[in-house]
Amino acid sequence: MIEFGYSIQTNRQIDYDLNERRILKYIRKNEPSVDWCMSCGTCASGCTAAATSDFSLRRMILMARRGEEAELKANIYRCRFCGKCLNACPRGVNTRNVIYWMQQAIKNINTL
Amino acid sequence: MKFDYFVLPFTLGFVFLFVYLGITYTSWFIKLDKTDKKAIGKGFLSIRLFSAVREIILETLLHRNIFRKNRLLGFMHMSLAFGWFLLILLGNIEDQVYEAGSMNPPYVPIFFKFFNPTVHAFPMHRFFSVLMDMLLLMVLTGVILAWGKRIRSRAYGMKRTTKLSMGDKFAMSSLWVIFPLRLLAESITHAAYGGGDFLTGTVGNFLGSFLPATSLFYPAWWAYSISLGVFFAALPFSRYMHIPTEVVLILSRHFGLKEKKDHTPLTDVEVHSCSRCGICIDTCQLAFAGGIKHVQSAYQLRAIRYQHIDPAEHLNCMMCGRCQLACPVGINIKDVRLISRNKLNGHPIDKNEYVKTIVQPVKADVLYFGGCMTHQTPAIKKSMTTILKSAGVDFWFMDEQGGICCGRPSILTGHIEQAKAIISSNVRIIQQSGAKKLVTSCPICYKVFRQDYNLDIEILHHSQYIQQLMDEGRLEINRLGARSVYHDPCELSREIRVYDEPRNVLERIVDLVPSSYDKDDSLCCGGSLANLSISMEKRFEITQDAIFKLTQGNPEMLITSCPQCKKTFEKASGIPVKDLAEIVCQALTGLRKPLKKANKQKKQLQATDFIMGGAN
Repeated sequence: MIEFGYSIQTNRQIDYDLNERRILKYIRKNEPSVDWCMSCGTCASGCTAAATSDFSLRRMILMARRGEEAELKANIYRCRFCGKCLNACPRGVNTRNVIYWMQQAIKNINTL
Repeated sequence: MKFDYFVLPFTLGFVFLFVYLGITYTSWFIKLDKTDKKAIGKGFLSIRLFSAVREIILETLLHRNIFRKNRLLGFMHMSLAFGWFLLILLGNIEDQVYEAGSMNPPYVPIFFKFFNPTVHAFPMHRFFSVLMDMLLLMVLTGVILAWGKRIRSRAYGMKRTTKLSMGDKFAMSSLWVIFPLRLLAESITHAAYGGGDFLTGTVGNFLGSFLPATSLFYPAWWAYSISLGVFFAALPFSRYMHIPTEVVLILSRHFGLKEKKDHTPLTDVEVHSCSRCGICIDTCQLAFAGGIKHVQSAYQLRAIRYQHIDPAEHLNCMMCGRCQLACPVGINIKDVRLISRNKLNGHPIDKNEYVKTIVQPVKADVLYFGGCMTHQTPAIKKSMTTILKSAGVDFWFMDEQGGICCGRPSILTGHIEQAKAIISSNVRIIQQSGAKKLVTSCPICYKVFRQDYNLDIEILHHSQYIQQLMDEGRLEINRLGARSVYHDPCELSREIRVYDEPRNVLERIVDLVPSSYDKDDSLCCGGSLANLSISMEKRFEITQDAIFKLTQGNPEMLITSCPQCKKTFEKASGIPVKDLAEIVCQALTGLRKPLKKANKQKKQLQATDFIMGGAN
């Protein structure tokens, strides 16, 4: 085979089918409205916890979808359950319940 | 000594019950902390003991609270409890009169008729036999009413009764057969040997006419003894544990024992005092407005007692406190539920994060704390600042740039450690500002400031502060005169009871229409922050139901004094929903023009700035 000095790159696309799905499935089972999230970030814009930390529900849901357990674990307990996101969400996601079940998922990660 | 083998089931059950109760209560007492132990020791020697005994008689025997709810229901409970108590008491007196001075084991008075079937020769024997028959009739009436309640509870003022577990059903069945069996045993004794009165005699004569009384005499007493023994053995493991434990609860309440943040023996006492009567179910908005009927306090206290908590059900509660007010035993349901929530949800936290604060303290006389929810209802925040400014108050809007939350939502959802960190951070800001008064327009914050902050400054809800300002003549108010209904937010009602101040303020401005859900009967708006399990649809149903009930008097406006209630009602209400602060702000005299002028000037200034900026 002739070497032209370049090659076809390996696939760098993120394959969502290969993600760790346990956490999302668990949340979805207990709070189905998590699927309505369209990552608009309205929840995070007024968030009390987001003002003092890296917590952001938009990101948390994204991380749950991607199965990034470590990222979730580092931030998910920062929520104060004040409920502002619940009033803010334009899609009617039951945000506090989503966060609660995320916390439970992280807590019981070994038995999911 | 009088003895027969048939007394064994009763005696064994009786001894088992007392040993079990003795061990349980002693172990609870040992687990108490020192101050509580001292309080109990002092309590037994103080005058409080009398008030406690009075309440014990009124509640555990006469069931006064259940009478208040429904007479038939009250009569049912009273005839069973008080009737049985008198039956035991009088049986003992009868035995003492009959055999003066002799000490008999406890089963002799219970089975008096067995051991002394034909006696007629002791003083007042007729008096005793008539009275005993009357009491038996009273208890039997209670039993029949209890059967009826299982068939048709609506007649007893209860739309729903508790769905009982198998163990409870077993214990209940054994209780139900005790007194019919006693009637049977005594009647058959009369048929065989005589000695009965108007009830046992008549029934005995009837039964004796077609039954072989002498051969049934012994089995009937065996059956009665077995039913008693089974009931006593089942009592500590069933809902009937509430009978002895309620006495302990009333005593500890009178001796000043309080629930703490963790699970204490008092929590055990409260949990075991629940009789699962189901009165809490009908008062629950989740049940009558949302159709969720399996999560009420009776079930959750049972889950806590037997340690099979389902988180989704356990967190399905709005903590409005309606059930606690209705509870005939007076169990501190909210605190018990918060303790178990904390057990369920507690997690380690990073304290440093909450120490970071966004604001630097500013010296002022009055602190105004809006809270998270007020920031989502800018109208309230604007109105409050306008009111404070026009009254000439030296104030600092503490969380104008955003706060770190008051901590109450964390407490409600069982994250006590997080709440403690938030509270200590807030306390630092409040103390550094050197203010004398803390005013908040959010009842959620108001409650946590009052109950958990231990601040030595005056804490006021904005309705209270506005009333103070009005009384001092610092606010000039016009009357608007719209027909309005006032909704008491949960956090201000029932436990803290801020009822008069908002009404006093509003009566000067609008025409208040009363609703049948005022004050202690107030409804939750459905937006409660305590519920971590309910779906948005159910929340909306509860909101709609609450609005429907509040607007029965056809008001033009719905007024509340909680930003979260306002926000929730707005989604479902057909009439305008306003906060008390907005109404007061609207009614301020001579305010509208200067405000407009100021705004205009501001806009002009901005415009010139822009032009200048552009020119540069």
